[in-house]
Amino acid sequence: MKDEVTSKDRAAGLKGMGTSRKRVEDVRFTQGKGNYVDDIKLDGMLFGDFVRSPYAHAKVVNIDTSAAMKVPGVLAVLTAKELAPLGLHWMPTLAGDKQMVLADGKVLFQGQEVAFVVATDRYAAADGVEAVEVDYEELPVVVDPFKAMEPDAPVLREDLAGKMEGAHGPRKHHNHIFTWEAGEKDATEKVLSGADVVAEEMVYYHRTHPCPLETCGCVASMDKVTGKLTLYGTFQAPHAIRTVVALISGIAEHNIRVISPDIGGGFGNKVGAYSGYVCSVVASIVTGKPVKWVEDRMDNLMSTAFARDYWMQGKIAATKDGKITGLWCHTTADHGGFDACADPTKFPAGFMNICTGSYDIPTAYLAVDGVYTNKAPGGVAYRCSFRVTEAAYFIERMIEVLAIKLNMDAAELRRINFIRKDQFPYNSALGWEYDSGDYHTAWDKALKAVGYDALRAEQAQRIADFKAGKTRKLMGIGLTHFTEIVGAGPVKNCDILGLGMFDSCEIRIHPTGSAIARLGTISQGQGHATTFAQIIASEIGLPADDITLEEGDTDTAPYGLGTYGSRSTPVAGAATAMAARKIRAKAQMIAAYLLEVHDDDLEWDVDRFVVKGDATRFKTMKELAFAAYNKAIPGLEPGLEAVSYYDPPNMTYPFGAYICVMDIDVDTGEHDVRQFYALDDCGTRINPMIIEGQVHGGCTEGYAIAMGQEIAYDEMGNHKTATLMDFFLPTAWETPTYTTDFTVTPSPHHPIGAKGVGESPNVGSVPCFSNAVHDAFRHFGLVQSHMPHDHWRIWKIAEDLGLHAE
Amino acid sequence: MIPAGFEYHRPADIRSAISILQEHGDAARVIAGGHSLIPMMKLRMTDIGHLVDLQAIGELKGVEVGAEKVTLGAMTTQAELIGNAALGAKIPLLREAALQIADPQVRYVGTVGGNVANGDPGNDMPGLMQCLDATYTLVGPDGTRDVAARDFYEAAYFTARGDEEILTRITIPVPAMKGYAYEKQKRKIGDYATAAAAVLVGGGKASVAMTNLSDTPIWSEAAGAALAKGDVEGCVAAAMGAIAPSEDMRGPIAFKKHVAEVILRRAIAKAQERAK
Ligand SMILES: Cc1cc2nc3c(=O)[nH]c(=O)nc-3n(C[C@H](O)[C@H](O)[C@H](O)COP(=O)(O)OP(=O)(O)OC[C@H]3O[C@@H](n4cnc5c(N)ncnc54)[C@H](O)[C@@H]3O)c2cc1C
Repeated sequence: MKDEVTSKDRAAGLKGMGTSRKRVEDVRFTQGKGNYVDDIKLDGMLFGDFVRSPYAHAKVVNIDTSAAMKVPGVLAVLTAKELAPLGLHWMPTLAGDKQMVLADGKVLFQGQEVAFVVATDRYAAADGVEAVEVDYEELPVVVDPFKAMEPDAPVLREDLAGKMEGAHGPRKHHNHIFTWEAGEKDATEKVLSGADVVAEEMVYYHRTHPCPLETCGCVASMDKVTGKLTLYGTFQAPHAIRTVVALISGIAEHNIRVISPDIGGGFGNKVGAYSGYVCSVVASIVTGKPVKWVEDRMDNLMSTAFARDYWMQGKIAATKDGKITGLWCHTTADHGGFDACADPTKFPAGFMNICTGSYDIPTAYLAVDGVYTNKAPGGVAYRCSFRVTEAAYFIERMIEVLAIKLNMDAAELRRINFIRKDQFPYNSALGWEYDSGDYHTAWDKALKAVGYDALRAEQAQRIADFKAGKTRKLMGIGLTHFTEIVGAGPVKNCDILGLGMFDSCEIRIHPTGSAIARLGTISQGQGHATTFAQIIASEIGLPADDITLEEGDTDTAPYGLGTYGSRSTPVAGAATAMAARKIRAKAQMIAAYLLEVHDDDLEWDVDRFVVKGDATRFKTMKELAFAAYNKAIPGLEPGLEAVSYYDPPNMTYPFGAYICVMDIDVDTGEHDVRQFYALDDCGTRINPMIIEGQVHGGCTEGYAIAMGQEIAYDEMGNHKTATLMDFFLPTAWETPTYTTDFTVTPSPHHPIGAKGVGESPNVGSVPCFSNAVHDAFRHFGLVQSHMPHDHWRIWKIAEDLGLHAE
Repeated sequence: MIPAGFEYHRPADIRSAISILQEHGDAARVIAGGHSLIPMMKLRMTDIGHLVDLQAIGELKGVEVGAEKVTLGAMTTQAELIGNAALGAKIPLLREAALQIADPQVRYVGTVGGNVANGDPGNDMPGLMQCLDATYTLVGPDGTRDVAARDFYEAAYFTARGDEEILTRITIPVPAMKGYAYEKQKRKIGDYATAAAAVLVGGGKASVAMTNLSDTPIWSEAAGAALAKGDVEGCVAAAMGAIAPSEDMRGPIAFKKHVAEVILRRAIAKAQERAK
């Protein structure tokens, strides 16, 4: 009894897994002491800035740089002509396409990089940009992906003329990129044609942008003496960037050092390779000086990776009593001028085939057509695993649409179709093996927590009051049960540009019992330095406060594929636990030697090995660390360190149940989120406080996307939302209050059972907010309306339903 | 988002400021809080060779609250206006409107003078000043003149102010009307109005103005006259006849017209309630 208490106390002192340990990063962040790319200042550093296209589609007839070269401080202007001899005027994209680094004869979207001006400071560079004269000849613009696929649509990519085989199979039109299919087409169509009920709808998930607070940027520094290139940048995948730079520049990989310093949010925007990186490297090689390039907000919103833009045509079949029998989806994916999506190579539409969601749907079919348009390239996973938000939005809307068709309560419809606990591991019709889940428990807990039945009763009263003219506000109850697929992933089917998607951790214990750990991932605000130290603390019994964590420097950290797709905890977190276990295994041998017992006679107790049956005989990890370095132990090398490269056997499948209650003013289109309840099941919980913070952040992004955030273009391809005036980024004022909750269903294949949580709230909250809007108008006949649900679009719903008539 | 180069001047009195303006003609521009001007310069939408900062001119500061009228120095910040209790008691409409402008950070720096002189249809204070029947004092090379707010705005960014004139003071008669309201719909904190309405009513009088629904603020004499008689429908009809919103990311014209009417009705109802 007494011993138990002390073990508990000792465990608490470690601040290991399950502790709401305060974020160690925040000391520097809250004091303005972070070190971001734009904080890096090197001797003699120059600045680069882009001349960008004012047109969405045009021939570049001539570029005259002579006036720019006369601007004081301007040293060089690079155009495609200068890059061509190096073969760097185009670069490969992560999606198997290629992309212009600088306009090569034409431009394909407004804001495209046309020339790179290098100057002594950023003011001179901006003046130089203004002085570059470019002659354009406008070409017809296509911003609509359906129009892009019409037979006589303008040809966007002359460079692909005659290439009817793309990186992902045959192309069927000059603006077509790929068709990607999953599931069984014929079987699904058969189910649809024989079904009691089929609901059909076009679900559009509009184009938006991750818009991290810190924009993209880099500093390239080529040391001509050592021949070594150091590249600081806002990279979510520094090791992959190093390999890509080596492959495209011809510089040997050991001569490239990539450093991701502190990163102010990524959300997928910082996964890809951008013209700014290539031009900075070239400019540094040319001038022999370090060159910095940092986007401004407009550059960021106009040219670096967007997200979503999926037109998802859906059909869902069910029996009369609501058992879903089949799901069909055809998606038209607008990829912009180049296919620069960041997806694993074999998945050009990401994991869109998770679109059967949390439901046991026996038969399904999905096809995705990627299309070129005159818009910026991208298509990144904005705080989600590859295209999972699109999939979750699709299925959660289709469920609502089906509920309307069946005249059923949408909560009940979900309940009767959930994959049951006893069906896990569950093989979905579209090809995934869901590792674990307990959806019914989460769902019931959520409905009970919000008082679902009482809410429905209140809503019925509100509708009656509205009809009686007593109120002009409607009430919507938004429901969502989402299933994420994260932690890419098994190297056998997940790679990016041929780089396998494992991850890594190296732990080095110091003689006095503190440690440093390095990982192949990179935090962008997720708090890795806090949580990964907690994993190690629990595994090896050294206090988390005594463990330093480092990421982002390719000269010191082990190779890994970086942080996006909620993969850090599922993959690098697993590597961390595995490396820690190797250390513990060696420590056990040392303890056995010191205590003069057999290895098997020892048991682990929080922070020490104890001789079984004799609690007085033990060696703490701290003592063992010292011994590892300083005692000559027969048969054992000195030192105590380990590295693990972890290739996960499967993805993990976090899930959650979200409920939103919203009041809507039918006259002004304004809304008020009264309540937002978020239950997340991310398996084992490492740091509950960080989970809560992640859920708040992800829900706030989801709120923005659902309720106002968009990248909009006019018919001419002019970007209409290039500043934060029109691109909706909520402030604390607009942000709803969230109630968080959880259940715990560990991943059976992950060493500590953790599943990843950073992205779940974005995946789950978007359909939840959107469903609340739809639900408010369901009674008045609304079936489907597209996001973002900003004031005028909500007003338009009410207008179209005749709710403004006197 | 980097402005072109410019010369910076920081005169200590109005005279010197005007002589700098005279010397450089339309290459010179005064800067107050800079929260409208600097964004335009960063976008390189205005090319200004000489920036004349008004911060050091003491004469442009200060708020006087009299029995009959209130005078605001042009360089009074929105925050100073909001924080002035005597002013808030005398003309509560001013404070109610100022609290709906931008966000606290902008309001610490942005000035009342800059807001009314700017000529941006999105600014809240021009319509407000028209509602209150304020007068602007302009000082230029040829002396001082007063222009009524209701005569000041000609088109977006075009006002009655000459290039070499500086707006020094705003004089507002203390309204006889007890009922007041400033209602504004916006997409988020810090956004300009989708539609906004300023209403004064009471004692058989009324004044009605609207913001961001045309390329100038809209003060409708007919709307005020109708409301003075208690004719809400006539007031709304007159005001709606006077607006001409354009489409932007806030929404299409039909939506803006609808919201304008809703916001105006809310402002009227609130002002009438307060007039009781
Ligand atoms: C994020 C953000 C949100 C905003 N939201 C709102 C809002 O909701 N409502 C709103 O009304 N405004 C809003 N604004 C604008 C803000 O109120 C500005 O401060 C105001 O429009 C201009 O005042 P200023 O002192 O900053 O003037 P400046 O920007 O310095 O000047 C504006 C113009 O007026 C001229 N000028 C300034 N003072 C004088 C003078 N004394 N005599 C002659 N000319 C002069 C300048 O030459 C310039 O052309 C917002 C601004 C920002 C950045």
